[in-house]
Amino acid sequence: MDKKQSNHEVNLKGTLVSVFFVGIVIVAMWVAVYLMYVAR
Amino acid sequence: MHFHKYEKIWLSFGIVSLIVFLSVVGVSAFSQNHTPSGGMDTIDPEKVNETAPFDNPGVTQLDEDTYQVAIVALAFGYNAPDLRVPAGKEIIFKVTSTDVVHSFTIDDTKVNMMVVPGRITTKSYTFEEPGKYLILCNEYCGTGHHMMSTEIEVY
Amino acid sequence: MIAQPERKIALWHLGVAYTAFLIGTLMGVLQVFIRNDALQLPAWLDYYQILTAHGVLLALIYTTFFIFAFFITGMSKSLGSFGPKVRLFSWIGLWVTLLGTVMATVMIIAGEASVLYTFYAPLKANGFYYVGLALVIIGTWVSSFALVGHYIVWRRKNKGQLSPLFAFMTITTIVLWIIACLGVVATVLFQYIPWAFGWTDTINVELSRSLFWYFGHPLVYFWLLPAYIAWYTIVPKLLGVKVFSDSLARLAFVLFILFSIPVGFHHQLTEPGISNFWKFLQVVLTFMVIVPSLMTAFSMFATFEISGRKKGGTGLFGWFKKLPWRDVRFTSIFIAMAFFIPGGAGGIINASFQLNEVVHNTLWIVGHFHITVGTPVAMTFMGLTFWLIPYLTGRRFTKRMQRLGFVQIITWSIGMLLMSTAQHVLGLMGAPRRTAYSGYNDHPSAMEWFDGIISNHVTMAIGGTILFLSAMILMYIVIMTMFVLPKAETPEQMVEFPLAESDMSNTPKWLENWWIWISIAAALIIIAYAIPLTHMIQHAPPGSKGFITW
Repeated sequence: MDKKQSNHEVNLKGTLVSVFFVGIVIVAMWVAVYLMYVAR
Repeated sequence: MHFHKYEKIWLSFGIVSLIVFLSVVGVSAFSQNHTPSGGMDTIDPEKVNETAPFDNPGVTQLDEDTYQVAIVALAFGYNAPDLRVPAGKEIIFKVTSTDVVHSFTIDDTKVNMMVVPGRITTKSYTFEEPGKYLILCNEYCGTGHHMMSTEIEVY
Repeated sequence: MIAQPERKIALWHLGVAYTAFLIGTLMGVLQVFIRNDALQLPAWLDYYQILTAHGVLLALIYTTFFIFAFFITGMSKSLGSFGPKVRLFSWIGLWVTLLGTVMATVMIIAGEASVLYTFYAPLKANGFYYVGLALVIIGTWVSSFALVGHYIVWRRKNKGQLSPLFAFMTITTIVLWIIACLGVVATVLFQYIPWAFGWTDTINVELSRSLFWYFGHPLVYFWLLPAYIAWYTIVPKLLGVKVFSDSLARLAFVLFILFSIPVGFHHQLTEPGISNFWKFLQVVLTFMVIVPSLMTAFSMFATFEISGRKKGGTGLFGWFKKLPWRDVRFTSIFIAMAFFIPGGAGGIINASFQLNEVVHNTLWIVGHFHITVGTPVAMTFMGLTFWLIPYLTGRRFTKRMQRLGFVQIITWSIGMLLMSTAQHVLGLMGAPRRTAYSGYNDHPSAMEWFDGIISNHVTMAIGGTILFLSAMILMYIVIMTMFVLPKAETPEQMVEFPLAESDMSNTPKWLENWWIWISIAAALIIIAYAIPLTHMIQHAPPGSKGFITW
């Protein structure tokens, strides 16, 4: 119970922003190549 | 098993993105005929030169708007005389190999076909721009692999 | 410190791994100069021979031997000393794998096997090349079963308990490896060897390709998972925290068993003989295997943030500055992770069905695996090497070595950034992979590719040269820590095995029920492969005889 509690409350705002940075890289690269595909 | 609230947000975002990617390529492939090259036709790799359409390689007009181009790939070149096709028409490429695996890849297009002995690879493509396009082999096929190329003229 | 016999077995593995690394990276730097037209090889040596040696020695041999060194050390550390049988079979595994390696390498050097590490039929190498590769696989199986045996003994002694995270992850990787190898073993034993020795006349090419790629994709996870093991179990210790979530770490690994195997067709998207339906089905399954990597990304950042905040970092990114950047064991792995962001994103593109036509067999692919296996995996292994060898030899890892370690990983990063960026851009422009120097008769398109600021032969050659220098610095560190540096005498001088604590109190027991995962994996493999492979066999065209085109 104690563990669960601490995991809930732990501040991971920086993590959320960081993973979304990863997400943006993934989406941006994918969209770029998709547009290249469409243009060919 | 416990997921942090932010991890749920992140994984939902990730999974939704993946579903979007899959939907985009899936719809474009199956409803607008943008599937990658392939095909299920087979051929005897030792009798390629006697088997249609490879007994008469090159460009054939099928109807008003469709052309077929038959090409035989072999180490280290392509048996494909007079590659001249019009822009704005559907070109159906059919390629096979008499020896090892090659590719038939036209620079700056979607035509990037693996060529496997015993199989016929098919790809339909419509050129927009006239010009001379480089064709090359991008699957390793031996000492002369990097010399294996030709050209197609689009008019 | 782990028992002396295990240390010896692990050190032998590392010795073989770094011998392969030395030769393999030398072959790498030769290539960039040949492609640059700055180097003419003597008549007895061919570009494609060098390319084959580079691929086999780095991608297959360096990785495999390093992985087993890491596993053997970690399993002895986390489950206790090996029994005599486990030791014996670990040695047999090592020698069989080494015998296979030597056999394959001799064939490559003799010019009998310039077929690259993918050895696509009907290019026909000397039969002993395939025998060598088969022995490599069999040797790894023997080593794998030794570790599985050690694990079973532990489970019997600790009934009802979850195994330590390191052991769980090792066994996951081994399960994945054994299932994956079935494909390559089938094609090598039943197709290539009889054909190469002339016992059969022809080979079913498309079947051999499909069986190869059934193995080929999980192969990359066999490289990646040991790096993930380090990320999950070693990194938190370096940061002074526990594993972020034991259960999610295990869940991610289990998902790799399920989804990394029934996906091989995404390497065959532009070829005939597989219908679009089956290609697309495997594309969907490929996308499933991205999910555990997304989970891993979250766990890693969370580990960093928790550690940084514990050390007093505040605000949104204050924790970032509190990470132990002066510790080469950490910084190396952090850079490895950073490279995996574009690396993984590129992988999603490659697997996106028709988008594959843009990149298939271009230099983009070469760039892609240099920022997946060539940096995230390899640099994690380098980061492990810095403490693994001194830990095993009982030598000190001096301040000077630590500084050299930084020079090594920074040069590797710069070299790889230059080389792989050039390769990605060139590939998008259309430049093919696996080619010696060629201007395609000075065709204007080909001239254009190599005319860019980033996309030119010089960038690639500079990158390759820096990488080679980095590799030589690493070799120096390896030799020093293995044979030369003074032995540690005081406890502070001792190099530790930094294994993080993992809280298993909330981890469900079913995560370690292997039969569930193996059964689901088998079901997925049957769904993805049974029908298309049966079709390939039943509707096979006349087979191909062999060709030696080099």
